[in-house]
Amino acid sequence: MAVTEPARAAATTDPRDGPGAALEPAAPPGNRRTLAVLLLAVPAAVWLLLYFVIPSLQLLLTSLTTPEPGLGNYTAIADGAAVSIIVRTLVMAVVVAVVCALIAYPYAYLMTIATPRWRAILLILVLVPFWTSLLARTFAWVVLLQDGGLVEKTFAALGLGSVQLLGTPVGVTLAMAQVMLPFMVLPLYNTMRGINRRLVDAALSLGAHPVQAFLRVYLPLSFPGLAAGATLVLVLSLGFYVTPALVGSPQQSMLAQYIGVQVNELVNFGGAGALALTLLVVTLLLLAAVQLLTRRRSGSQRSLTTSTFGGTA
Amino acid sequence: MTGSTTLRRVLTAFAVLIAIWLVVPVLIVIPISFSGENSFAFPPASWGTGHYVTFFTERSWLTSLLVSLQLAVIVTVIATVLGTMAAFAIVRMTRGSGALERFFTAPLIVPGIVIAVALYVAFLQWGLIGTATGFIAAHTVLSLPFVVVNVANVLRTYDRTLDRAAAMLGASPWTTFRVVTLPIIRPGVLSGALFAFVTSFDEVVVSLFVQSPQLQTLPVRMFTSITNEVDPTIAAASTVVLVVSTLVLGMAGLARRTGTTTRSKDNA
Repeated sequence: MAVTEPARAAATTDPRDGPGAALEPAAPPGNRRTLAVLLLAVPAAVWLLLYFVIPSLQLLLTSLTTPEPGLGNYTAIADGAAVSIIVRTLVMAVVVAVVCALIAYPYAYLMTIATPRWRAILLILVLVPFWTSLLARTFAWVVLLQDGGLVEKTFAALGLGSVQLLGTPVGVTLAMAQVMLPFMVLPLYNTMRGINRRLVDAALSLGAHPVQAFLRVYLPLSFPGLAAGATLVLVLSLGFYVTPALVGSPQQSMLAQYIGVQVNELVNFGGAGALALTLLVVTLLLLAAVQLLTRRRSGSQRSLTTSTFGGTA
Repeated sequence: MTGSTTLRRVLTAFAVLIAIWLVVPVLIVIPISFSGENSFAFPPASWGTGHYVTFFTERSWLTSLLVSLQLAVIVTVIATVLGTMAAFAIVRMTRGSGALERFFTAPLIVPGIVIAVALYVAFLQWGLIGTATGFIAAHTVLSLPFVVVNVANVLRTYDRTLDRAAAMLGASPWTTFRVVTLPIIRPGVLSGALFAFVTSFDEVVVSLFVQSPQLQTLPVRMFTSITNEVDPTIAAASTVVLVVSTLVLGMAGLARRTGTTTRSKDNA
Protein backbone atom coordinates (compact mmCIF):
# COMPACT_ATOMS: atom_id res chain seq x y z
CA MET A 1 0.00 0.00 0.00
CA ALA A 2 1.29 3.36 -1.01
CA VAL A 3 0.86 4.91 2.37
CA THR A 4 3.27 2.71 4.22
CA GLU A 5 6.09 4.03 2.08
CA PRO A 6 6.69 7.43 3.61
CA ALA A 7 6.45 5.84 7.02
CA ARG A 8 9.01 3.27 6.08
CA ALA A 9 11.27 5.75 4.37
CA ALA A 10 11.27 7.70 7.59
CA ALA A 11 11.90 4.59 9.67
CA THR A 12 14.91 3.32 7.78
CA THR A 13 16.81 6.57 7.71
CA ASP A 14 19.61 6.10 5.21
CA PRO A 15 19.50 2.78 3.40
CA ARG A 16 23.23 2.68 2.84
CA ASP A 17 23.78 2.78 6.58
CA GLY A 18 21.77 -0.41 6.90
CA PRO A 19 23.06 -3.91 7.45
CA GLY A 20 26.05 -4.78 5.35
CA ALA A 21 27.24 -1.21 5.15
CA ALA A 22 29.99 -1.96 7.64
CA LEU A 23 31.24 -4.74 5.40
CA GLU A 24 31.22 -2.57 2.28
CA PRO A 25 34.98 -1.85 2.27
CA ALA A 26 35.66 -5.59 2.18
CA ALA A 27 33.89 -5.89 -1.18
CA PRO A 28 36.06 -5.65 -4.28
CA PRO A 29 36.63 -1.94 -4.68
CA GLY A 30 37.53 -0.38 -7.99
CA ASN A 31 35.52 0.70 -10.96
CA ARG A 32 34.95 -2.73 -12.45
CA ARG A 33 32.10 -3.56 -10.08
CA THR A 34 30.53 -0.11 -10.31
CA LEU A 35 30.60 -0.43 -14.07
CA ALA A 36 28.97 -3.87 -13.97
CA VAL A 37 26.24 -2.54 -11.69
CA LEU A 38 25.72 0.45 -13.93
CA LEU A 39 25.28 -1.85 -16.93
CA LEU A 40 22.15 -3.25 -15.28
CA ALA A 41 20.46 0.11 -15.70
CA VAL A 42 21.23 0.32 -19.41
CA PRO A 43 18.19 -1.51 -20.89
CA ALA A 44 15.69 0.51 -18.86
CA ALA A 45 17.61 3.72 -19.54
CA VAL A 46 17.64 3.07 -23.29
CA TRP A 47 13.90 2.40 -23.20
CA LEU A 48 13.21 5.66 -21.36
CA LEU A 49 15.57 7.53 -23.65
CA LEU A 50 13.82 6.25 -26.76
CA TYR A 51 10.23 6.51 -25.67
CA PHE A 52 10.31 9.33 -23.13
CA VAL A 53 13.33 11.63 -23.35
CA ILE A 54 13.68 11.85 -27.14
CA PRO A 55 9.92 12.40 -27.72
CA SER A 56 9.96 15.13 -25.05
CA LEU A 57 12.95 16.86 -26.62
CA GLN A 58 11.34 16.50 -30.01
CA LEU A 59 8.23 18.18 -28.65
CA LEU A 60 10.38 21.04 -27.36
CA LEU A 61 11.97 21.32 -30.80
CA THR A 62 8.57 21.22 -32.51
CA SER A 63 7.27 23.98 -30.25
CA LEU A 64 10.24 26.15 -31.28
CA THR A 65 10.17 25.39 -35.02
CA THR A 66 6.58 24.69 -36.12
CA PRO A 67 4.97 26.37 -37.99
CA GLU A 68 7.93 28.76 -38.09
CA PRO A 69 11.15 29.05 -36.09
CA GLY A 70 11.08 31.26 -33.02
CA LEU A 71 9.16 31.75 -29.83
CA GLY A 72 5.90 32.38 -31.68
CA ASN A 73 4.09 29.49 -30.01
CA TYR A 74 5.03 30.76 -26.58
CA THR A 75 4.08 34.37 -27.19
CA ALA A 76 0.82 33.11 -28.71
CA ILE A 77 -0.09 31.61 -25.34
CA ALA A 78 -0.12 35.07 -23.80
CA ASP A 79 -2.55 36.65 -26.24
CA GLY A 80 -4.72 33.78 -27.37
CA ALA A 81 -7.79 32.05 -26.02
CA ALA A 82 -5.36 30.02 -23.93
CA VAL A 83 -5.15 32.72 -21.24
CA SER A 84 -8.73 32.32 -20.08
CA ILE A 85 -8.32 28.53 -20.12
CA ILE A 86 -5.12 28.70 -18.10
CA VAL A 87 -6.78 31.03 -15.59
CA ARG A 88 -9.80 28.71 -15.38
CA THR A 89 -7.52 25.71 -14.86
CA LEU A 90 -5.58 27.50 -12.13
CA VAL A 91 -8.77 28.59 -10.34
CA MET A 92 -10.17 25.07 -10.61
CA ALA A 93 -6.96 23.55 -9.25
CA VAL A 94 -6.92 25.98 -6.32
CA VAL A 95 -10.59 25.28 -5.56
CA VAL A 96 -10.00 21.52 -5.64
CA ALA A 97 -6.95 21.92 -3.39
CA VAL A 98 -8.91 24.04 -0.89
CA VAL A 99 -11.87 21.62 -0.88
CA CYS A 100 -9.47 18.71 -0.36
CA ALA A 101 -7.71 20.57 2.46
CA LEU A 102 -10.98 21.36 4.24
CA ILE A 103 -12.08 17.73 4.04
CA ALA A 104 -8.72 16.12 4.66
CA TYR A 105 -7.78 18.18 7.72
CA PRO A 106 -10.45 16.88 10.11
CA TYR A 107 -10.20 13.44 8.50
CA ALA A 108 -6.45 13.19 9.07
CA TYR A 109 -6.88 14.55 12.59
CA LEU A 110 -9.46 11.86 13.34
CA MET A 111 -6.93 9.31 12.09
CA THR A 112 -4.38 10.50 14.66
CA ILE A 113 -6.79 10.14 17.60
CA ALA A 114 -8.56 6.96 16.45
CA THR A 115 -7.84 3.49 17.80
CA PRO A 116 -5.45 1.45 15.61
CA ARG A 117 -8.28 -0.57 14.11
CA TRP A 118 -10.34 2.49 13.16
CA ARG A 119 -7.23 4.18 11.86
CA ALA A 120 -6.70 1.23 9.51
CA ILE A 121 -10.32 1.44 8.33
CA LEU A 122 -10.05 5.19 7.70
CA LEU A 123 -6.83 4.59 5.81
CA ILE A 124 -8.38 1.89 3.60
CA LEU A 125 -11.36 4.15 2.86
CA VAL A 126 -9.19 7.01 1.73
CA LEU A 127 -7.14 4.62 -0.40
CA VAL A 128 -10.24 3.32 -2.20
CA PRO A 129 -9.75 5.81 -5.03
CA PHE A 130 -6.18 4.50 -5.40
CA TRP A 131 -7.33 0.95 -5.67
CA THR A 132 -10.01 1.36 -8.27
CA SER A 133 -10.06 2.20 -11.92
CA LEU A 134 -10.08 5.93 -12.66
CA LEU A 135 -12.34 5.50 -15.65
CA ALA A 136 -14.87 3.33 -13.83
CA ARG A 137 -15.07 5.93 -11.08
CA THR A 138 -15.39 8.82 -13.51
CA PHE A 139 -18.18 6.97 -15.30
CA ALA A 140 -19.88 6.53 -11.92
CA TRP A 141 -19.70 10.29 -11.36
CA VAL A 142 -21.27 10.90 -14.76
CA VAL A 143 -24.16 8.63 -13.75
CA LEU A 144 -24.49 10.12 -10.27
CA LEU A 145 -24.43 13.72 -11.45
CA GLN A 146 -26.64 13.37 -14.53
CA ASP A 147 -30.09 14.95 -14.75
CA GLY A 148 -32.38 12.87 -12.56
CA GLY A 149 -29.33 11.15 -11.05
CA LEU A 150 -28.88 10.12 -7.45
CA VAL A 151 -27.16 13.35 -6.36
CA GLU A 152 -29.90 15.52 -7.81
CA LYS A 153 -32.58 13.36 -6.17
CA THR A 154 -30.78 13.59 -2.83
CA PHE A 155 -30.51 17.37 -3.11
CA ALA A 156 -34.21 17.59 -3.96
CA ALA A 157 -35.15 15.30 -1.08
CA LEU A 158 -33.18 17.53 1.30
CA GLY A 159 -35.14 20.50 -0.02
CA LEU A 160 -32.11 22.09 -1.65
CA GLY A 161 -33.89 22.39 -4.98
CA SER A 162 -32.67 21.07 -8.28
CA VAL A 163 -29.11 21.81 -9.28
CA GLN A 164 -27.42 21.25 -12.59
CA LEU A 165 -24.20 19.34 -11.85
CA LEU A 166 -23.04 17.37 -14.88
CA GLY A 167 -21.10 19.66 -17.17
CA THR A 168 -20.62 22.32 -14.50
CA PRO A 169 -17.54 23.33 -12.50
CA VAL A 170 -19.29 22.23 -9.28
CA GLY A 171 -19.69 18.71 -10.65
CA VAL A 172 -16.07 18.61 -11.80
CA THR A 173 -14.93 19.82 -8.37
CA LEU A 174 -16.95 17.11 -6.58
CA ALA A 175 -15.50 14.38 -8.78
CA MET A 176 -11.92 15.68 -8.86
CA ALA A 177 -11.74 16.28 -5.11
CA GLN A 178 -12.70 12.64 -4.57
CA VAL A 179 -9.88 11.51 -6.84
CA MET A 180 -7.34 13.83 -5.19
CA LEU A 181 -8.23 13.33 -1.53
CA PRO A 182 -5.58 10.66 -0.80
CA PHE A 183 -2.81 13.01 -1.93
CA MET A 184 -3.94 15.48 0.70
CA VAL A 185 -4.74 13.08 3.55
CA LEU A 186 -1.48 11.11 3.45
CA PRO A 187 1.03 13.98 3.84
CA LEU A 188 -1.25 15.65 6.40
CA TYR A 189 -1.56 12.49 8.47
CA ASN A 190 2.18 11.97 8.31
CA THR A 191 2.79 15.45 9.69
CA MET A 192 0.06 15.31 12.33
CA ARG A 193 1.31 11.97 13.59
CA GLY A 194 4.60 13.63 14.51
CA ILE A 195 3.04 16.54 16.42
CA ASN A 196 3.59 16.38 20.14
CA ARG A 197 0.10 16.71 21.61
CA ARG A 198 1.49 17.84 24.93
CA LEU A 199 2.25 21.21 23.31
CA VAL A 200 -1.48 21.71 22.87
CA ASP A 201 -2.12 20.52 26.43
CA ALA A 202 0.48 22.98 27.66
CA ALA A 203 -1.26 25.83 25.83
CA LEU A 204 -4.60 24.77 27.35
CA SER A 205 -3.22 24.52 30.86
CA LEU A 206 -1.75 27.98 30.49
CA GLY A 207 -5.27 29.24 29.91
CA ALA A 208 -5.55 29.32 26.14
CA HIS A 209 -9.00 28.89 24.66
CA PRO A 210 -9.18 25.59 22.69
CA VAL A 211 -9.70 27.53 19.45
CA GLN A 212 -6.71 29.69 20.26
CA ALA A 213 -4.61 26.66 21.14
CA PHE A 214 -5.53 25.11 17.81
CA LEU A 215 -4.86 28.22 15.75
CA ARG A 216 -1.59 29.18 17.43
CA VAL A 217 -0.08 25.80 18.26
CA TYR A 218 -1.55 22.87 16.30
CA LEU A 219 -2.26 24.55 12.97
CA PRO A 220 1.26 26.02 12.52
CA LEU A 221 2.78 22.65 13.45
CA SER A 222 0.66 20.85 10.86
CA PHE A 223 1.36 23.44 8.20
CA PRO A 224 4.15 21.54 6.36
CA GLY A 225 1.84 18.60 5.70
CA LEU A 226 -0.96 20.93 4.65
CA ALA A 227 1.31 22.79 2.25
CA ALA A 228 2.80 19.61 0.79
CA GLY A 229 -0.61 18.03 0.28
CA ALA A 230 -2.11 21.19 -1.22
CA THR A 231 0.76 21.55 -3.67
CA LEU A 232 0.48 17.92 -4.75
CA VAL A 233 -3.24 18.29 -5.37
CA LEU A 234 -2.63 21.55 -7.21
CA VAL A 235 -0.01 19.98 -9.46
CA LEU A 236 -2.09 16.93 -10.26
CA SER A 237 -5.21 19.01 -10.89
CA LEU A 238 -3.39 21.28 -13.34
CA GLY A 239 -2.67 18.38 -15.68
CA PHE A 240 -5.87 16.44 -15.15
CA TYR A 241 -7.49 15.21 -18.33
CA VAL A 242 -10.00 12.40 -17.85
CA THR A 243 -12.36 13.71 -15.18
CA PRO A 244 -12.82 17.25 -16.58
CA ALA A 245 -13.21 15.83 -20.09
CA LEU A 246 -16.00 13.47 -19.05
CA VAL A 247 -17.70 15.28 -16.16
CA GLY A 248 -17.16 18.85 -17.36
CA SER A 249 -18.34 20.51 -20.54
CA PRO A 250 -16.32 21.33 -23.67
CA GLN A 251 -17.17 25.02 -23.23
CA GLN A 252 -15.53 24.96 -19.80
CA SER A 253 -12.49 22.97 -20.88
CA MET A 254 -9.33 22.84 -18.80
CA LEU A 255 -5.73 23.06 -19.96
CA ALA A 256 -5.12 19.36 -20.62
CA GLN A 257 -8.27 19.10 -22.74
CA TYR A 258 -7.33 22.26 -24.59
CA ILE A 259 -3.93 20.75 -25.39
CA GLY A 260 -5.70 17.62 -26.60
CA VAL A 261 -7.93 19.66 -28.91
CA GLN A 262 -4.90 21.52 -30.29
CA VAL A 263 -3.35 18.17 -31.22
CA ASN A 264 -6.33 16.13 -32.37
CA GLU A 265 -8.57 18.67 -34.03
CA LEU A 266 -6.41 21.63 -35.00
CA VAL A 267 -3.19 19.67 -35.71
CA ASN A 268 -1.35 22.58 -34.08
CA PHE A 269 1.61 20.54 -32.78
CA GLY A 270 3.78 23.58 -32.12
CA GLY A 271 1.16 25.32 -30.04
CA ALA A 272 0.27 22.13 -28.16
CA GLY A 273 3.96 21.53 -27.47
CA ALA A 274 4.43 25.03 -26.08
CA LEU A 275 1.41 24.64 -23.79
CA ALA A 276 2.44 21.16 -22.67
CA LEU A 277 5.97 22.26 -21.83
CA THR A 278 4.70 25.30 -19.95
CA LEU A 279 2.50 22.95 -17.93
CA LEU A 280 5.52 20.73 -17.31
CA VAL A 281 7.69 23.61 -16.08
CA VAL A 282 4.97 24.85 -13.71
CA THR A 283 4.51 21.29 -12.41
CA LEU A 284 8.23 20.82 -11.78
CA LEU A 285 8.53 24.17 -10.00
CA LEU A 286 5.61 23.37 -7.71
CA LEU A 287 6.98 19.90 -6.98
CA ALA A 288 10.39 21.33 -6.16
CA ALA A 289 8.61 23.55 -3.64
CA VAL A 290 6.98 20.47 -2.06
CA GLN A 291 10.34 18.73 -1.82
CA LEU A 292 11.83 21.74 -0.07
CA LEU A 293 8.92 21.96 2.34
CA THR A 294 8.99 18.29 3.28
CA ARG A 295 12.76 18.05 3.40
CA ARG A 296 13.05 20.96 5.78
CA ARG A 297 10.81 19.13 8.20
CA SER A 298 12.59 15.78 8.16
CA GLY A 299 15.54 14.92 6.01
CA SER A 300 14.44 11.40 5.25
CA GLN A 301 11.08 12.00 3.59
CA ARG A 302 12.53 11.90 0.13
CA SER A 303 10.13 9.37 -1.29
CA LEU A 304 6.99 11.28 -0.30
CA THR A 305 6.14 12.41 -3.80
CA THR A 306 7.07 9.25 -5.64
CA SER A 307 5.32 6.96 -3.20
CA THR A 308 2.17 9.03 -3.02
CA PHE A 309 1.80 8.96 -6.78
CA GLY A 310 -0.52 6.00 -6.83
CA GLY A 311 -1.84 5.57 -10.30
CA THR A 312 -3.95 8.47 -11.35
CA ALA A 313 -3.20 10.45 -14.43
CA MET B 1 -13.24 16.06 29.01
CA THR B 2 -16.73 16.42 27.53
CA GLY B 3 -15.36 18.87 24.99
CA SER B 4 -13.14 16.30 23.39
CA THR B 5 -15.88 13.65 23.22
CA THR B 6 -18.18 16.09 21.43
CA LEU B 7 -15.38 16.89 19.05
CA ARG B 8 -14.81 13.22 18.48
CA ARG B 9 -18.51 12.68 17.72
CA VAL B 10 -18.62 15.55 15.26
CA LEU B 11 -15.48 14.27 13.56
CA THR B 12 -16.87 10.75 13.37
CA ALA B 13 -20.11 11.95 11.78
CA PHE B 14 -18.05 13.94 9.31
CA ALA B 15 -15.86 10.93 8.52
CA VAL B 16 -18.96 8.83 7.80
CA LEU B 17 -20.12 11.42 5.24
CA ILE B 18 -16.68 11.46 3.63
CA ALA B 19 -16.62 7.67 3.56
CA ILE B 20 -19.93 7.66 1.66
CA TRP B 21 -18.55 10.21 -0.78
CA LEU B 22 -15.44 8.07 -1.30
CA VAL B 23 -17.10 4.69 -1.62
CA VAL B 24 -20.52 5.20 -3.25
CA PRO B 25 -19.15 6.35 -6.64
CA VAL B 26 -17.02 3.23 -6.72
CA LEU B 27 -19.78 0.80 -5.90
CA ILE B 28 -22.71 2.32 -7.78
CA VAL B 29 -21.59 0.95 -11.16
CA ILE B 30 -22.22 -2.59 -9.88
CA PRO B 31 -26.04 -2.34 -9.46
CA ILE B 32 -26.30 -0.33 -12.70
CA SER B 33 -24.44 -3.06 -14.58
CA PHE B 34 -27.12 -5.56 -13.53
CA SER B 35 -29.92 -3.29 -14.70
CA GLY B 36 -32.41 -4.78 -17.13
CA GLU B 37 -33.10 -1.34 -18.59
CA ASN B 38 -31.42 0.26 -21.53
CA SER B 39 -30.49 3.36 -19.52
CA PHE B 40 -28.31 4.53 -16.63
CA ALA B 41 -31.29 5.02 -14.34
CA PHE B 42 -30.63 4.32 -10.69
CA PRO B 43 -32.14 2.39 -9.02
CA PRO B 44 -33.00 0.28 -12.08
CA ALA B 45 -36.63 -0.67 -12.65
CA SER B 46 -35.71 -4.24 -13.54
CA TRP B 47 -32.68 -6.50 -13.24
CA GLY B 48 -30.77 -8.64 -15.68
CA THR B 49 -27.37 -9.66 -17.00
CA GLY B 50 -27.95 -8.40 -20.52
CA HIS B 51 -25.17 -5.79 -20.33
CA TYR B 52 -22.63 -8.47 -19.49
CA VAL B 53 -23.82 -10.60 -22.41
CA THR B 54 -23.31 -7.61 -24.72
CA PHE B 55 -19.92 -6.86 -23.19
CA PHE B 56 -18.60 -10.38 -23.65
CA THR B 57 -20.10 -10.94 -27.11
CA GLU B 58 -20.02 -7.66 -29.03
CA ARG B 59 -16.80 -7.49 -30.99
CA SER B 60 -15.65 -3.96 -30.21
CA TRP B 61 -15.93 -4.53 -26.44
CA LEU B 62 -14.51 -8.02 -26.38
CA THR B 63 -11.57 -7.18 -28.64
CA SER B 64 -10.62 -4.15 -26.56
CA LEU B 65 -10.76 -6.23 -23.38
CA LEU B 66 -8.47 -8.86 -24.91
CA VAL B 67 -6.12 -6.18 -26.25
CA SER B 68 -5.89 -4.61 -22.79
CA LEU B 69 -5.23 -7.92 -21.05
CA GLN B 70 -2.53 -9.02 -23.51
CA LEU B 71 -0.92 -5.61 -23.45
CA ALA B 72 -0.89 -5.51 -19.64
CA VAL B 73 0.79 -8.93 -19.47
CA ILE B 74 3.51 -8.02 -22.00
CA VAL B 75 4.13 -4.64 -20.34
CA THR B 76 4.29 -6.27 -16.91
CA VAL B 77 6.97 -8.72 -18.04
CA ILE B 78 9.12 -6.08 -19.76
CA ALA B 79 8.73 -3.46 -17.03
CA THR B 80 9.43 -5.96 -14.24
CA VAL B 81 12.63 -7.25 -15.83
CA LEU B 82 13.97 -3.82 -16.84
CA GLY B 83 12.79 -2.16 -13.63
CA THR B 84 14.31 -4.78 -11.34
CA MET B 85 17.67 -4.49 -13.11
CA ALA B 86 17.51 -0.70 -12.85
CA ALA B 87 16.63 -0.92 -9.16
CA PHE B 88 19.77 -3.01 -8.54
CA ALA B 89 21.86 -0.36 -10.28
CA ILE B 90 20.26 2.40 -8.19
CA VAL B 91 20.73 0.70 -4.84
CA ARG B 92 24.18 -0.79 -5.45
CA MET B 93 25.80 2.21 -7.07
CA THR B 94 28.28 4.06 -4.93
CA ARG B 95 27.67 7.45 -6.52
CA GLY B 96 24.88 9.11 -8.46
CA SER B 97 22.15 6.74 -7.34
CA GLY B 98 19.85 9.62 -6.41
CA ALA B 99 20.08 11.11 -9.88
CA LEU B 100 19.49 7.71 -11.46
CA GLU B 101 16.40 7.11 -9.34
CA ARG B 102 15.04 10.53 -10.24
CA PHE B 103 15.56 9.72 -13.91
CA PHE B 104 13.69 6.43 -13.69
CA THR B 105 10.79 7.88 -11.71
CA ALA B 106 10.45 10.97 -13.93
CA PRO B 107 7.47 9.56 -15.88
CA LEU B 108 5.49 9.63 -12.61
CA ILE B 109 5.99 13.34 -12.18
CA VAL B 110 5.43 14.52 -15.75
CA PRO B 111 1.69 15.14 -16.34
CA GLY B 112 0.06 12.43 -18.45
CA ILE B 113 -1.07 14.87 -21.12
CA VAL B 114 2.54 16.03 -21.70
CA ILE B 115 3.77 12.46 -22.24
CA ALA B 116 0.73 11.80 -24.42
CA VAL B 117 1.38 14.73 -26.74
CA ALA B 118 5.13 14.07 -26.92
CA LEU B 119 4.57 10.41 -27.80
CA TYR B 120 1.84 11.26 -30.29
CA VAL B 121 4.03 13.67 -32.24
CA ALA B 122 7.00 11.25 -32.16
CA PHE B 123 4.97 8.12 -32.96
CA LEU B 124 3.33 9.88 -35.90
CA GLN B 125 6.76 10.26 -37.48
CA TRP B 126 7.90 6.79 -36.51
CA GLY B 127 4.72 5.11 -37.75
CA LEU B 128 3.87 3.69 -34.31
CA ILE B 129 0.38 5.16 -33.88
CA GLY B 130 -2.19 2.41 -33.44
CA THR B 131 0.45 -0.33 -33.29
CA ALA B 132 1.11 -2.89 -30.60
CA THR B 133 4.73 -1.69 -30.44
CA GLY B 134 3.54 1.86 -29.77
CA PHE B 135 1.27 0.76 -26.93
CA ILE B 136 3.93 -1.48 -25.38
CA ALA B 137 6.54 1.29 -25.61
CA ALA B 138 4.27 3.90 -24.03
CA HIS B 139 2.83 1.72 -21.27
CA THR B 140 6.25 0.39 -20.29
CA VAL B 141 7.51 3.95 -19.80
CA LEU B 142 4.59 4.62 -17.44
CA SER B 143 4.88 1.30 -15.56
CA LEU B 144 8.65 1.22 -15.10
CA PRO B 145 8.72 3.71 -12.17
CA PHE B 146 6.43 1.54 -10.06
CA VAL B 147 8.71 -1.47 -10.43
CA VAL B 148 11.84 0.60 -9.78
CA VAL B 149 10.41 2.21 -6.62
CA ASN B 150 9.05 -1.05 -5.19
CA VAL B 151 12.13 -3.16 -5.88
CA ALA B 152 14.56 -0.45 -4.76
CA ASN B 153 12.65 -0.23 -1.48
CA VAL B 154 13.11 -3.91 -0.63
CA LEU B 155 16.68 -3.94 -1.89
CA ARG B 156 17.62 -1.15 0.50
CA THR B 157 16.91 -3.37 3.46
CA TYR B 158 18.49 -6.43 1.88
CA ASP B 159 21.43 -7.85 3.86
CA ARG B 160 24.34 -8.12 1.45
CA THR B 161 26.28 -10.50 3.69
CA LEU B 162 23.97 -13.20 2.32
CA ASP B 163 25.37 -12.60 -1.18
CA ARG B 164 28.90 -12.85 0.11
CA ALA B 165 28.12 -16.01 2.01
CA ALA B 166 26.71 -17.57 -1.16
CA ALA B 167 29.73 -16.42 -3.17
CA MET B 168 32.12 -17.85 -0.59
CA LEU B 169 30.31 -21.17 -0.85
CA GLY B 170 31.01 -21.12 -4.57
CA ALA B 171 27.75 -19.85 -6.06
CA SER B 172 27.98 -17.89 -9.29
CA PRO B 173 26.44 -14.37 -9.26
CA TRP B 174 23.47 -15.64 -11.28
CA THR B 175 22.87 -18.59 -8.95
CA THR B 176 23.17 -16.27 -5.97
CA PHE B 177 20.56 -13.99 -7.49
CA ARG B 178 18.19 -16.85 -8.31
CA VAL B 179 18.52 -18.85 -5.12
CA VAL B 180 19.27 -16.23 -2.48
CA THR B 181 18.40 -12.68 -3.54
CA LEU B 182 15.24 -13.17 -5.56
CA PRO B 183 13.30 -15.15 -2.95
CA ILE B 184 14.03 -12.43 -0.40
CA ILE B 185 13.13 -9.45 -2.57
CA ARG B 186 10.15 -11.26 -4.13
CA PRO B 187 7.47 -9.20 -2.29
CA GLY B 188 8.86 -5.99 -3.79
CA VAL B 189 9.21 -7.45 -7.27
CA LEU B 190 5.71 -8.89 -7.08
CA SER B 191 4.03 -5.69 -5.94
CA GLY B 192 5.99 -3.74 -8.56
CA ALA B 193 4.79 -6.16 -11.24
CA LEU B 194 1.17 -5.91 -10.07
CA PHE B 195 1.34 -2.12 -10.07
CA ALA B 196 2.79 -2.28 -13.59
CA PHE B 197 -0.11 -4.49 -14.66
CA VAL B 198 -2.75 -2.13 -13.30
CA THR B 199 -0.97 0.94 -14.71
CA SER B 200 -1.13 -0.55 -18.18
CA PHE B 201 -4.62 -2.03 -17.78
CA ASP B 202 -6.07 1.23 -16.46
CA GLU B 203 -4.16 3.80 -18.52
CA VAL B 204 -6.35 6.29 -20.40
CA VAL B 205 -4.65 9.54 -21.38
CA VAL B 206 -1.60 8.32 -23.28
CA SER B 207 -3.59 5.46 -24.82
CA LEU B 208 -6.14 7.92 -26.19
CA PHE B 209 -3.39 9.55 -28.23
CA VAL B 210 -1.53 6.40 -29.27
CA GLN B 211 -4.64 4.44 -30.31
CA SER B 212 -6.25 4.03 -33.71
CA PRO B 213 -9.82 2.89 -34.41
CA GLN B 214 -8.33 -0.48 -35.37
CA LEU B 215 -6.41 -1.00 -32.13
CA GLN B 216 -8.06 0.23 -28.93
CA THR B 217 -7.59 -0.69 -25.30
CA LEU B 218 -10.58 -1.16 -23.01
CA PRO B 219 -10.19 2.24 -21.26
CA VAL B 220 -10.10 3.94 -24.69
CA ARG B 221 -13.23 2.06 -25.74
CA MET B 222 -14.89 3.09 -22.45
CA PHE B 223 -13.84 6.71 -22.89
CA THR B 224 -15.36 6.89 -26.38
CA SER B 225 -18.48 5.15 -25.08
CA ILE B 226 -18.98 7.79 -22.36
CA THR B 227 -18.37 10.69 -24.73
CA ASN B 228 -20.16 9.45 -27.85
CA GLU B 229 -22.87 6.97 -26.92
CA VAL B 230 -25.48 6.25 -24.29
CA ASP B 231 -24.75 2.55 -24.02
CA PRO B 232 -25.21 0.92 -20.61
CA THR B 233 -22.69 -1.79 -21.59
CA ILE B 234 -20.15 0.65 -20.14
CA ALA B 235 -21.54 -0.18 -16.67
CA ALA B 236 -20.68 -3.84 -17.17
CA ALA B 237 -17.27 -2.86 -18.56
CA SER B 238 -16.65 -0.61 -15.53
CA THR B 239 -17.54 -3.39 -13.14
CA VAL B 240 -15.19 -5.82 -14.87
CA VAL B 241 -12.36 -3.26 -14.81
CA LEU B 242 -13.14 -2.42 -11.20
CA VAL B 243 -12.98 -6.05 -10.15
CA VAL B 244 -9.75 -6.74 -12.07
CA SER B 245 -7.84 -3.66 -10.90
CA THR B 246 -9.06 -3.91 -7.31
CA LEU B 247 -8.10 -7.58 -7.11
CA VAL B 248 -4.66 -6.94 -8.57
CA LEU B 249 -3.95 -3.94 -6.36
CA GLY B 250 -5.26 -5.79 -3.33
CA MET B 251 -2.76 -8.53 -4.12
CA ALA B 252 -0.05 -5.88 -4.44
CA GLY B 253 -0.99 -4.53 -1.03
CA LEU B 254 -0.81 -8.02 0.45
CA ALA B 255 2.54 -8.73 -1.21
CA ARG B 256 3.96 -5.53 0.14
CA ARG B 257 2.50 -6.08 3.57
CA THR B 258 3.93 -9.57 3.98
CA GLY B 259 7.21 -8.14 2.78
CA THR B 260 7.27 -5.26 5.20
CA THR B 261 5.95 -6.81 8.39
CA THR B 262 8.95 -9.06 8.59
CA ARG B 263 11.27 -6.11 8.69
CA SER B 264 9.57 -3.09 10.19
CA LYS B 265 6.95 -2.98 12.85
CA ASP B 266 6.27 0.66 12.12
CA ASN B 267 3.37 0.08 9.73
CA ALA B 268 0.16 1.81 10.63
